[in-house]
Order: sequence, then structure tokens, then C-alpha cells
Amino acid sequence: MNRIMAKLRPDLAVIAGHVAAGAKVLDVGCGDGTLMAALRDERGCDVRGLEIDPHNVAECVGQGLSAIQGDADTDLALYPDASFDYAILSQTLQTTKRPDMVLEELLRIGRRAFVSFPNFGHWRVRSDLLWRGRMPVTRLLPVGWYETPNIHHLTIADFRDLVAQRGLKVEGAWYLNGDSLISPAMANWRAEHAVYLLARY
Amino acid sequence: MDFPLTSRASAPNSTRIMASLFTPNSQTYDLPDPLPLDGGQSLEGVRIAFETYGALNDARDNAILICHATTGDQYVASPHPITGKPGWWSKMVGPGKPIDTDRFYVICPNVLGSCMGTTGPGSLAPDGQPYGLRFPVITIRDMVRAHMALLDHLGVERLYAVVGGSMGGMQALSLSIHWPERVARVLLLATTAVMPVQNIAFQEVGRQAIMADPDWQGGAYYGSGRAPDAGLAVARMAAHITYLSEETLSEKFGRRLQDRDAKSFGFGADFQVESYLRYQGSSFTGRFDANSYLYITRAMSYFDVVDERFGPGHNARLSEAFAGVTARFCVVSFDTDWLYPTAESRKIAHAVNAAGAPVSFMELAAPFGHDSFLLDVPALDRVITGFLSR
Repeated sequence: MNRIMAKLRPDLAVIAGHVAAGAKVLDVGCGDGTLMAALRDERGCDVRGLEIDPHNVAECVGQGLSAIQGDADTDLALYPDASFDYAILSQTLQTTKRPDMVLEELLRIGRRAFVSFPNFGHWRVRSDLLWRGRMPVTRLLPVGWYETPNIHHLTIADFRDLVAQRGLKVEGAWYLNGDSLISPAMANWRAEHAVYLLARY
Repeated sequence: MDFPLTSRASAPNSTRIMASLFTPNSQTYDLPDPLPLDGGQSLEGVRIAFETYGALNDARDNAILICHATTGDQYVASPHPITGKPGWWSKMVGPGKPIDTDRFYVICPNVLGSCMGTTGPGSLAPDGQPYGLRFPVITIRDMVRAHMALLDHLGVERLYAVVGGSMGGMQALSLSIHWPERVARVLLLATTAVMPVQNIAFQEVGRQAIMADPDWQGGAYYGSGRAPDAGLAVARMAAHITYLSEETLSEKFGRRLQDRDAKSFGFGADFQVESYLRYQGSSFTGRFDANSYLYITRAMSYFDVVDERFGPGHNARLSEAFAGVTARFCVVSFDTDWLYPTAESRKIAHAVNAAGAPVSFMELAAPFGHDSFLLDVPALDRVITGFLSR
């Protein structure tokens, strides 16, 4: 992995490393455009973003990137079918009102979808709940229950269930602890983070 | 010319040309050929008055066209020859500013139908008399056609960017759709692809106010010593309210009284807001021609970019109007703008996106209503700087 990608957040680095060069990509919840810039500059991708915060959109525009201010829960409906090679949803699934519908929309708009999310099944989260009886506040879930944007917490097992139930194909799965990739063994206990590459059968 | 000050805007073009000697880069261009119009007619002897700033580079690829709004003019960054006020966007255009004239060659023409030197209803027809209502009804695309003739004359084949707010945004949009090969970037502020019905309604009120003024004389008031200043002032007052937000009105005026301690139980300007609007109305008549107001607002109410592309009676969607458009777009709306609300900008953004062209869209927070694009909104400066940077 090259220099710019090495500076990316670990889940974004995984995604950036597996997007085909020159692909057309929609980054849903693109933030300040970090991943979009890497995909454009390092992989020659044609990248577009959707982002809820206007300051972040302005940040993207300042880098010559194209981002639309909007809400993944409502605005994905405005995108035509199969208009992108990839739709990316990084660290955003758990903030949407209907994660299942967002997932369907991603695979309507994109031929493939990358989805990354923090794993609520990680042992530290479980131990917080078990021993302290409190909603966990961790490095990846840093905000208290009353102000967190994460309204749909999920575990890796939950995600696997949803994917199976919707009949979606898993083309790749990566598990992260800190900055390191770890093996899939016991991932729902050991991984802080998961990245999935999905497609339709 | 011995017109009283209040009807100065209805004076023929020659006074304007004298007045525009105030600024060194004021120019005019007389179109060699008749200008074809959407209404089916063509217009002979069209003159375009315009300002330029900065220099066209050798590659001729650094030109930015700025399209002005309804009652704007070419004096985007130079003092207005009648009012003496600084250019209407001098905070945005100039050396080192977001539209940097050290880097870009900026062109700002007065639109067709206006009254600041470009041919309009107050200009002389080939018979030597002012057009008045004999001037053909024009469209936004007709205005852009005149701009394109000017660009040909200036040797600008492809614009680095076209920029416009409100009616200026309509021109920018029309240009990007009908002359897609001639522009690389399109910056749209507080605008719409289709004139909303509420705006058509407000503009009809303005036009009727002008036409109800007996001094309007069926539009043939030039040289009569009378001009429909009262009607034009009312039109401006009504329009001015639509440019502001309730927040601005409340903060600026509230229910405060004007230079008095109690209500007068009469019809004077008791409230500060009344006094302010009266001032806005009457000062406007000193710089604008009533017939130009009729023609320009007509062009706006006709504006529908899908209609423009596919003709009347089409079933096309907005996104189809952008087929073949390759420019990069940036669309900005303001949260307190109820005249050209965010929903209209969002429609443009998603239509451009669906057509496959790169587009950014954001709604900026600003308290000033529709006028926000002209006022101090630092976030807008950053967006424009960023969008034009690469």
C-alpha cells in the first residue's frame, strides 16, 4: 500500500486497497473527502460523495471533489440504478434510520458495495455491559448513549444474519483490531471493526 | 440630457456610455449580425455593455463569465456610475479575492433587455425612436445567446467557469445546457432550473404595479418627461421583501417606529420597515428602467430549462436536460432563502448527478434570505475559492 493510503483510517485503507482502478465510486457519508481524494489520486477513480454536513461538503469542494449534501436515509432514492461500480458506506450504517433499506439502496445504485461498521460484539463492549451495566464508551464508540449518532448498534453476527436474510453475496470480509487486520476466527469477539464487500447473486 | 434625476434610468443609452467612462475597463460591443430570439423574431443592432477585469492568458483558458441577477448590472467590481456605490460583488471579485482577477479574466456583461448600456426597451429602435413595448419579449436563453456572441468577439472559446446567482444562475444553467462544449465549470447560487410558481406570482404583482401607473403610458414614456416611478418603486418594494428573511427584518427593524415616539394614526411611514422599503423603492427608480423590469421579469417567469431544451409539450425529466453536459457543477443554496429555496437547488444537483456530470451541492447557513449570496457569508467565499482552485 502506498504512502497516501497508509495515512487513511484502517477501514478506509482496506476499502481503498480493494476498489478496482478507474472505477466509478459513490462514497455515502464521505465526510471531508479523505477516501474520495485517495481513490481519485491513487486509483484514478471517478468518485462522488454524499454527506450530511455542509462544512464537510465545502471541504470536499475545496479539494476539487464532487459531493452532494444529503441524507443517506432519504436521498439515495434519487440516484439511478447501477450508476456506480461501487457504493461505499463507511462507519455510517449504524447511524441510519433503516440500515436494511440503505443496504438495499447501495446495491441498487452500485454493482458492489463496501460497508464498514464498528462491532458492538467486541469483548470490551460486552464486558462494559456485563460488568458495569452501562452502555459502552470505547475508542470507536466514543460518545455517550444520549448524544451518539449511532442509533442502530450491530454486531458482526447481526450483520451476517441480515446479509444472509437478504440473499446478498459476500465477496470479501476484513476484520480490524486497532490498525491491524486480524483473522476471521472469533471475529465477533475480537474485531473492533468490520469491512464487507457485498454484491447481489 | 435634462431629465430629472428620478427618470434618469429611462434616458437613452448615450448618457450611460458617458457615465461609464468612470471605469477604465467598461466596454461595449455591437453585434454585427441580428440576434435570433426564442420568440421567433430577431433583433438588429444589439449592443452589449460589459466590464472586464484581469487579463486573458495566452492559452485563453482563464476566462470566467459572471452573470448578474434581475436588477444587477455589469459593474460587478467597479463603482456604479449612477449611484457611485462599490460594485455589487466587489467582496468576491478582485485581486486576491475568491474570484481572483490576478488569475482569472473576468467578464460581466449587462443582460439583454436591461438598461445599463446593453440594448433593451429603452434603446433606440432602427426607426430612431425608443423601442418601448415594441421590444420583443426575450428569454433567459436569449440573454445567454448575446453573452456567447460577446465571448466569440473576445476570443474566449471555452470558459474556465460561468458563475451566477439568482437570475444569473439561470443564465449559467442555460449556458451549460445549450453550449456544453464552451464551459468547464458551472457555479450556481440561490437559483432554480424552473421558475417556481410563487415567484411567477410575485413578479406579476411587480409588473402590474408598473402598468397601473398612469405615467407608464403603455410603455411609451421615454422623452415624455414622465416615467412610472411610483409603479416601479412599488414593484421594487414588493420584490425587496422577497429577497430578505423574516430573521433579517426582525433583527433590522422589528416593530420599531421611525423617528417618532408613537403611532401617528395616519399613513406616513410609521414603522422603520416602511421607511426602509420606501427608500429602497425610490432609490431604485433612479437607476433602473421600468420597461426593462417588465422584460427581465418576464424572461425569468418563462424560464424552464427543460422547456428550453426540448420545447413545449415535452415529457422529459430535468436530468434529461443535462444529457451530454460534462462541466463540473457546484450548486449552493441558503437556508433562509424562501424565494429560491434549497429544494430547487437540490433538484438541479440530483439531475446533474443522474446525468453523470460531476456535481457538488450544499445548503449554507446564512441569515440574510435570498440576498445571502451577495452579502457577507464567509463559508461561501471558501466554497467559491475551493471550487475555482482546480
